[in-house]
Amino acid sequence: MTKAFFDHISTTPLDPRVFEAMHPYFLEWYGNPSSHIHDQGQEALRAVDRARAEVASLIGAKAGEIVFTSGATESNNLAVLGAVEGAGAGKRHVVVSEIEHFSVMNALIPLRNAGYEVTVLPVDRNGLVDPDAVRSALRADTALLSVMHANSEVGTIEPVGPIGRIAKEAGVTFHVDATASAGHIPVDVREIPADLVTLSAHNFYGPKGAGALYLREGTNVAPRTFGGFQEMGYRAGTENVPALVGMGAAAILAVREMGTWAEHLSRLGKMLWDGLAAIPMLHYTGHPAERLPGHVSFWVEHVEGESLLLFLNMKGIMAASGSACSSNLRGHDEEDLVASPVLRAIGVPSDICTGSITFSLGKENTADEVRLALDALPGIVERLRAMSPTYLDYQKQQAKGG
Amino acid sequence: MAAGPYSEKVMDHFMNPRNVGEIDGADGVGEVGNPACGDMMRLYLKIEDGRVQDAKFRTFGCGAAIASSSMLTEMIKGKTVDEARAITNQQVAEALDGLPAVKIHCSVMAEQAVKSALDDYVKKHAG
Repeated sequence: MTKAFFDHISTTPLDPRVFEAMHPYFLEWYGNPSSHIHDQGQEALRAVDRARAEVASLIGAKAGEIVFTSGATESNNLAVLGAVEGAGAGKRHVVVSEIEHFSVMNALIPLRNAGYEVTVLPVDRNGLVDPDAVRSALRADTALLSVMHANSEVGTIEPVGPIGRIAKEAGVTFHVDATASAGHIPVDVREIPADLVTLSAHNFYGPKGAGALYLREGTNVAPRTFGGFQEMGYRAGTENVPALVGMGAAAILAVREMGTWAEHLSRLGKMLWDGLAAIPMLHYTGHPAERLPGHVSFWVEHVEGESLLLFLNMKGIMAASGSACSSNLRGHDEEDLVASPVLRAIGVPSDICTGSITFSLGKENTADEVRLALDALPGIVERLRAMSPTYLDYQKQQAKGG
Repeated sequence: MAAGPYSEKVMDHFMNPRNVGEIDGADGVGEVGNPACGDMMRLYLKIEDGRVQDAKFRTFGCGAAIASSSMLTEMIKGKTVDEARAITNQQVAEALDGLPAVKIHCSVMAEQAVKSALDDYVKKHAG
């Protein structure tokens, strides 16, 4: 059966060239970079330093401003908790947008418990943060502002340039979670005045288990892990050398090929977007123009998200849902079922919140695969609606109305 | 092929649900759940001589909700009213070879739908 993977926002397949670059660091060069008096350790150290320069080049940073981590969650935790602690005792206020990732949102829990005040900025119906709202939220005692670059669920790209300039004027440390955007659209710290930027390797064709936090020179961040002196003291622990090598290789591919990928993704994304218009009562989510290339998100009236995804999967088509039902299947109890905070934030009515679908295309997707999805969707929607009591009521109401 | 997070039985009842539809002039109709909570089930019963002669449903919801609805209608057909009322959500979940922990509420919805439909039946036939 044809397999069409349209869930690149959750992870991307490893590029075979990245795998090639990593390979020797599993078997041949297994040294510990901290033990670099001998050849094994020396090669490992060189490899990590090279990867650091490569990742820096992806965002226009200096190598010394890149701290490697295990991924976006650790980077976001370090950014939020480290920057707040680094800001000093007098600063007891944090500002975030309401559509930040769980690894930003849940890092606020210990801060709230410790008496920090948190301002959560709303987004408009397209998922955009208003820079003016940022301006009025920042205070003399604000330790950190955190606004993501692009939202994974609805694809909206935030105006982090203007927001960053406001933060800079106010003298507030600015963190940008670029997990969904880096490697797909330009992220340049010479243009975005961010002090901290989160990067994740497996979101741009690199390996899982590798991430980075960009720390602009002079930014005060307290470490969250304690041990040796790796990563300039910001992140103790032996480096995951093969994964970091992979992250560097993926960064270089992105630098060279991102433009071509984006063009391809935009073309396929438009094809999918336009084709979906044939489905009645389908509503797109996120900003219509300011969005990630190849990211198409929507909800369909009278259709529950997980059911749609299960049917798609039976046809070899893999997409994602922000729906409560599907995203928390591994949860422990029903408390883990919560409607998507992002959909609530953009004002999608709660009675259909469970229907959100995200197609995130990747560089290997083809027009044939998009056609496969477009051919399959109308029938699945019809089938699920035919089963739905809410659709039955809707039809009866329509018939009565005329 | 892998059935994903669900048992093969759940996927079978999800892909090929039994007894989808309505019953004109049903003796009892039950409705439980709410689309805002992610699922909603409407159950129609035809009852003759104190037995469930026919059962049909419509459900808005996830795979587990649709499969639970389908399995339930199979389980109650032919049962006496008292037997149908005694069916528990555990029995529905077991008949489906189990449900993920977060989906147990879908089998609860099925159990409540029968009770709601039978309450409606009792009300309609009380006088």
